[in-house]
Amino acid sequence: MTAIAGDPTRTLFAVPGMRCAGCIAKLESGLAPVPGIASARVNFTARQVAIDHAPGLQLPDLQAAIAKLGFEAQPIQGNAPAPSESRDLLKATAVAGFASMNVMLLSVSVWSGAAGATRDLFHLLSALIAIPTVAYSGRPFFKSAWAALSHGRTNMDVPISIGVLLVTALSLFETLTSGAHAYFDGAVMLLFFLLVGRVLDSVMRDRARDGVAALLKQTAPGALTLKPDGTTEWRAADTLAPGMRMIVAAGERLAADGVVEAGASSLDLALLTGESAPQPVGEGAKVHAGTLNLDAPLTVRITAAGPDTAIADIARLMEQAGQARSRYVRIADRAARLYAPAVHTLALLSFFGWMLAGAGWHHSLLIAAAVLIITCPCALGLAVPAAQIVAAGTLMRSGVLIKDGSALERLAEVDRALFDKTGTLTLGRPQPVDLDRLRPVMKPAVLALAQGSRHPLSAALRTALEQQGVTPAPVEQIREEPGFGMRGRYLGAPVSLGRPGADEADSQMAVAFTMDGLEPCLLHFEDAIRPGTGATLARLDRLGIRGSIASGDRAESVAPVAQALNLAAQTDMRPEDKLAAIGSLAATGAKVLMVGDGLNDGPALAAGHASMAPASASDVGQTAADAVFMGDSLAPIATTIMVARRTMRIVRQNFAIAISYNMVAIPLALLGLVTPLVAALAMSGSSIIVVGNALRLRRVPQ
Amino acid sequence: MNGLALLIPLALLLGLSGLVAFFWALGSGQFDDMEGAALRILVDDAPAPPENPLG
Repeated sequence: MTAIAGDPTRTLFAVPGMRCAGCIAKLESGLAPVPGIASARVNFTARQVAIDHAPGLQLPDLQAAIAKLGFEAQPIQGNAPAPSESRDLLKATAVAGFASMNVMLLSVSVWSGAAGATRDLFHLLSALIAIPTVAYSGRPFFKSAWAALSHGRTNMDVPISIGVLLVTALSLFETLTSGAHAYFDGAVMLLFFLLVGRVLDSVMRDRARDGVAALLKQTAPGALTLKPDGTTEWRAADTLAPGMRMIVAAGERLAADGVVEAGASSLDLALLTGESAPQPVGEGAKVHAGTLNLDAPLTVRITAAGPDTAIADIARLMEQAGQARSRYVRIADRAARLYAPAVHTLALLSFFGWMLAGAGWHHSLLIAAAVLIITCPCALGLAVPAAQIVAAGTLMRSGVLIKDGSALERLAEVDRALFDKTGTLTLGRPQPVDLDRLRPVMKPAVLALAQGSRHPLSAALRTALEQQGVTPAPVEQIREEPGFGMRGRYLGAPVSLGRPGADEADSQMAVAFTMDGLEPCLLHFEDAIRPGTGATLARLDRLGIRGSIASGDRAESVAPVAQALNLAAQTDMRPEDKLAAIGSLAATGAKVLMVGDGLNDGPALAAGHASMAPASASDVGQTAADAVFMGDSLAPIATTIMVARRTMRIVRQNFAIAISYNMVAIPLALLGLVTPLVAALAMSGSSIIVVGNALRLRRVPQ
Repeated sequence: MNGLALLIPLALLLGLSGLVAFFWALGSGQFDDMEGAALRILVDDAPAPPENPLG
């Protein structure tokens, strides 16, 4: 630990690469001794590290310190994520659990025959425990019910709130007038079971949110700006302004839109347009934030920063597109729309029925309350979240992260799929196709050259050669020549790995390896289709989901993929066009599943009825998608749809169980036969059956 | 009845202390990093500085 002057600043980094206990130790003990860092604390669940450091330390310094330990880190900017509601719900559940256990303890003695003063005392004690509990643990329901009622709508929380309040008030009256039955145990137990459902729902949302937050990468946290006096200063992205000049090193992302003032390089536009081939830029070329500078340093005069960049435009488009989805009504609320009026009518009818039959208002009210508490959707409140959290757990084990329960409901409904090409159907990274043209003796030299560069083609060569077990040869004087590639000396002769000469170049991505006295060897690359894509498409077909391609890439590069997979394709699509394509499909009644990865797919991902993105996707893609799947294969898409559909089947079964239980219980309640004991048994019995049924989802479908 | 006068408050108090302990644990962030907590047991403690080598 290093002593620092002044108040330490806290910066959060997402470190997706940490996998084990060793990483925790390495990060925490490795960062602590760095000058200026007071302490570092890892949150493994969220894959984040929080660093307390001297205010003078800049983001790149901290990032470099983490990189030195062997981890890639991305700063998480903005304020810490909003505190989740899980914690409040958990507290409410704990209180309700405590209360229901203690009230039950007292109730059991009443049921087993306590009478007279003892019964009154026990009822009074129950009231003392139950009333504060209802006031505290009931708040989430009261709030939501009030919000719905004040908008003139009704939801599941309205019958719950009315039921709990009415039952508590009546039981209090009974207690004070030495009545025989008090339903305090029913009221708090109901709250407890329902809160468990809420906690499950909220935990599921949090888990996915943390997972995505850990992968959430800033486009570029900032840039090195060139001041008029020639000195440089690192500025955060939100403090950049038009007119400034920034220096973008090779391998860095641009933090703002601008015009190239000096330098020539090529840019990777995949994030913005989905195009896989790098695009050369020179002086005077317009460049956009979010693109990756590949070859050589560029000096860029900023023309638009922050909210004015092309990237921010896409973000706005996405926000608009997402609004349709927020209008989706979840199945529990759809059920409540039918259920709540029915329950209230029934309770009201039973009250008037017994009044007409001549049973005083007190007795009639008691029966009405019994009807409310017995019909209170205890099993209904658990039916959906229990099934969904088990399904989300199952999917997580097969490598799919679901954002929330509503995503599962929407995924179950899709009947049409649109795929992006680059990075979705394909791996999104070039792979050497004709490595065999390289003579085995030359491979070590090529590997040594490729290791010196961060260019995507070099990286691809390096991975492929290392997989073949090649070890690098001692190549001397390795240097990177901007705009060309790598040069060095091997066995005394000059060697190079770089851009092919004009006469050898063809339409494909390629590099040339040359060695003095030898014929130059041209190596081609292509963006390979993900493994198992054909099988996944066939499985989706069997599930009744027809797919097609919607790509931002040119027709020539889409055609081979479309032919190989036998899919219809639309090409040259801007983000707006993809949005329009989804809109027109939706207008014909199709429920579209959008699968994409790039920033350019963001609006389409937000607009689709449901959407999925690979874990290699841009953060925008991951944020917009309902589900993120890990690994190279597309197979999780079909698995997810199958699990989602099975979940909805289980949810419907659970509804059926809850309703058939009501069929038996309601007549009993109407006849005034439901004592607190019967209510308690019925409530816990139906909840256990529903949860047990949901647990059947733990099996992963093949 | 005398036994009840003692046992009921005692039972409530025990339950309540459990509840308070849970609230405290929640508030002090013990549930913030469930996976990490499981792994930290495997992390070797950094060698403590020898403050008093003679014991």
